[in-house]
Amino acid sequence: MEFTPVIGLEVHAQLKTRTKIFCSCSTAFGAPPNTHTCPVCLGMPGVLPVLNKKVVDYTIKMALATHCTVQPESRFARKNYFYPDLPKGYQISQYELPIATGGYLDIDVDGRSLRIGITRIHMEEDAGKLIHDPDRPISRVDLNRTGTPLMEIVSEPDIRSPEAAGEYLRRLRAILRYLDISDGNMEEGSFRCDANISIMPDGSTVFGTRAEVKNLNSFKHVEKALYYEIARQKEILLDGGQVVQETRLWQPDKGQTVSMRGKEDAHDYRYFPDPDLLPLVIDDGWVDRMRAQMPELPAQRQARYMADYGLSPADARVLTGSRELSDYFEACLAVFDQPKTVANWIMGDLLGLLNTRGVEIENTPVSPENLAGLLELLDADVISGKIAKTVFEAMAETGRPAKTIVEEKGLVQVSDTSAIDPIVDAVIAGSPDEVERYRGGQKKLMGFFVGQVMKQTRGKANPKVVNEILAKKLG
Amino acid sequence: MKLHELTIAQASGLLKNKEITSVELTRAILDRIEAVDGRVGAYLTVDADGAMAQAKAADQRLADGDAAPLTGIPLGIKDLICTQGLRTTCASKILENFIPPYDATVISRLKNAGAVIVGKLNMDEFAMGSTTEHSGFQVTRNPWNLDRIPGGSSGGSAAAVAADMCLGALGSDTGGSIRQPASHCGVVGIKPTYGRVSRFGLVAFASSLDQIGPLGKTVADCAIMLDAIAGHDPRDSTSVPEPVPTFSAIAENGLSDVVVGIPREYSSAHGLDPQVGAAVERAVKTIESLGARCIEVSLPHTDYAVAAYYVIAPSEASSNLARYDGVKYGFRDRTQTDLLQMYRSTRTQGFGPEVQRRIILGTYALSAGYYDAYYGKASQIRTLIKNDFQTAFASCDAIISPVAPTPAYPIGETLDDPLTMYLSDIFTLSANLAGIPGISVPCGFSDDGLPIGLQIMGRHFNESMLFQIARQFERAATLTDKKPLL
Ligand SMILES: [Zn+2]
Repeated sequence: MEFTPVIGLEVHAQLKTRTKIFCSCSTAFGAPPNTHTCPVCLGMPGVLPVLNKKVVDYTIKMALATHCTVQPESRFARKNYFYPDLPKGYQISQYELPIATGGYLDIDVDGRSLRIGITRIHMEEDAGKLIHDPDRPISRVDLNRTGTPLMEIVSEPDIRSPEAAGEYLRRLRAILRYLDISDGNMEEGSFRCDANISIMPDGSTVFGTRAEVKNLNSFKHVEKALYYEIARQKEILLDGGQVVQETRLWQPDKGQTVSMRGKEDAHDYRYFPDPDLLPLVIDDGWVDRMRAQMPELPAQRQARYMADYGLSPADARVLTGSRELSDYFEACLAVFDQPKTVANWIMGDLLGLLNTRGVEIENTPVSPENLAGLLELLDADVISGKIAKTVFEAMAETGRPAKTIVEEKGLVQVSDTSAIDPIVDAVIAGSPDEVERYRGGQKKLMGFFVGQVMKQTRGKANPKVVNEILAKKLG
Repeated sequence: MKLHELTIAQASGLLKNKEITSVELTRAILDRIEAVDGRVGAYLTVDADGAMAQAKAADQRLADGDAAPLTGIPLGIKDLICTQGLRTTCASKILENFIPPYDATVISRLKNAGAVIVGKLNMDEFAMGSTTEHSGFQVTRNPWNLDRIPGGSSGGSAAAVAADMCLGALGSDTGGSIRQPASHCGVVGIKPTYGRVSRFGLVAFASSLDQIGPLGKTVADCAIMLDAIAGHDPRDSTSVPEPVPTFSAIAENGLSDVVVGIPREYSSAHGLDPQVGAAVERAVKTIESLGARCIEVSLPHTDYAVAAYYVIAPSEASSNLARYDGVKYGFRDRTQTDLLQMYRSTRTQGFGPEVQRRIILGTYALSAGYYDAYYGKASQIRTLIKNDFQTAFASCDAIISPVAPTPAYPIGETLDDPLTMYLSDIFTLSANLAGIPGISVPCGFSDDGLPIGLQIMGRHFNESMLFQIARQFERAATLTDKKPLL
């Protein structure tokens, strides 16, 4: 029997506001413990939260980008539980009345477009961090992160494969970065994901019992953990067993999920409206102001690349996959306006280079100006395509402009017939056998002659000119 | 007249005219505390050095001609209002040594006005109680009869004002905690409209009900104090950006344009002492004689108020008090090595029985499966009670009632009977549920010489009406000269 997975994702994205959600402490990362704190985020007696409006701005933008309805009135609620990294004994979140509901996100998986529903988006505060002493049975509490704004994005259980889950997350992250509201960095924890997953027999419409999987701290691990979980649940069902509703922890080093707590141990968070904060009223004017500030989003850019530049859907998707890559592409176009050529070089040589070196586009050694400069030289026949690859490698090594490299290394292409003629004559004179066979009908040998001329000129001769002269002289 | 017996209005005039200094006045108050607080037990902390320093600074301000009405006036503060550098315990062992690194907004405002903060006053632990017996540290006694409760939870504030151990005090009122002790101690106390006074720095009991307010010897003194502390505060999202009138400029004209409502439901209230009923009836006659027209109004959901309140307040409290977990500040049971055991033991030892009772009540009421039946239903009743008042205020300007069903009862009487204590809040807690202002003003004495208070409630943000009626009544009733004998 085959099964269909049913997956819903809960994503927490840390918002890039300068200050915390309910106090004016800095959100900067990496400060000494407990230096970015004040009585409010330390949860001292008698202090009160005051909402940072920037957090609302950012969340409205995300709601608009995912086609959600921004609620004219929403509420903050307290989620009550005890833990040393939670100074108030409750987290301020949103519960019954979140800021945004009922949206969707379109993703492409294997060339098919899928629409994933967004149930809700809400705002909440982050907790602090415990640092466990490796030598003694004590833990220290760092509350710098306490009160950092988080946005939780909850999807409908519309995802049907681990690949689609990965694509959904990448798309979501791309939107956050296009909006410039979150770093979306999974490894650093500014983008976190929990997955709800169940399986049902193919063709069924009744969802199975789901497990919640936590600790998915990279895109790779999300897909791996979901594959593991699908296999685990399938094995249970095929053995005639029943999947238990529980929370499971992904162990990346072991490549498996283990049970964390069952349904009966689930926390009762005793949510209730936070009486310290008024209902959040968002009028049309506020939403319109945010709409006016919206940048072009990946889906819009993709459509524009296809319509205006004639790029294929696949190429347009790759180039818009991250804001940084897309911005790189456009920076190249600003200098060298041949979209298809630029796209090919970026997706081929540049991404290949970045992949080999394991660096992100933000840290590329070849600037968009330099790549565009190289393509200009190529287009003007100053260098050959073969030399261009050499120059690209040199740019990657040195970070210097193509023109400087070409000049210094004397790589300028030779198109002058008077310079090429004698070399062609010498090659013809030195290869009587090949000349005879060519003239006898083995036209494929043209490649051999071109190669010889290129070798003699160390690649600098213009292949087009060489071909023309050879064809004429060989008859 | 002895300095400690002065009202704020009197002292303010003498200070401005340089007839007395704040140092003399503050010294007199400290001496008075020394003389009588051993018997009353109003203060948890007396900051003699700090008070004298503030008095000197106030005298300088007075000399510079830069004085506000409260400059140089010694005040006491209920011990759940945070004072920077001065121990703030909430009368709880769990915060026994807590020294706030910040001032509550009301304290900053008092300091800006040049007031002298003498010390911190006893209360029921975390403001939970109506007797001040539920303090983690000491019992406060009623200055009129030392075997009686002073009321609560601001019992220390009311007793200190009644016993002349400060010229005025701040309290907080969640279900009657200013008005009821004011009534029992024969002083004036006002709970302002919810949102009128910033709650920043007020240690929360029930955030949607808590409000800071003054207790004073006269209506005018309360108005002077409310002038200093009222107004919008950006640090409290629930404080309201409404314009604040100058309350101390109380209209001294009669009450001929005023319509006063008497709730039908209150006369048949459970446990109403006939002497209290009679005193309030006499007060109504006095107010009518001042020109007001008295009509009967109806507050049909009064019977449900106590039940709704004792779901909402403990629910909020169960969450507000979660921060006292032994991790960051306050008491921690350091003998425990397991986290859960540390939490349990710290909170079991740190909180008194009444606080634990309410945390348990609130935790239960918010639990999954019970939320709708308790917190949800109580919130609905709250809306109905608000509507009751709105309807009533369509036909009257103020509503008059008793403050407490009985005069102050003997210490220990309700210690094992919390339900009777809860029921005694019947007349006061509706104002908290509705968010409206209410004032308690003395209106007579029982046969055995215990004070009885009259409550006047008004529309949202219409404290001025309460001050006007209370001031006219106070003048006509001429009760303020009577003092407890200590
Ligand atoms: Zn802070």
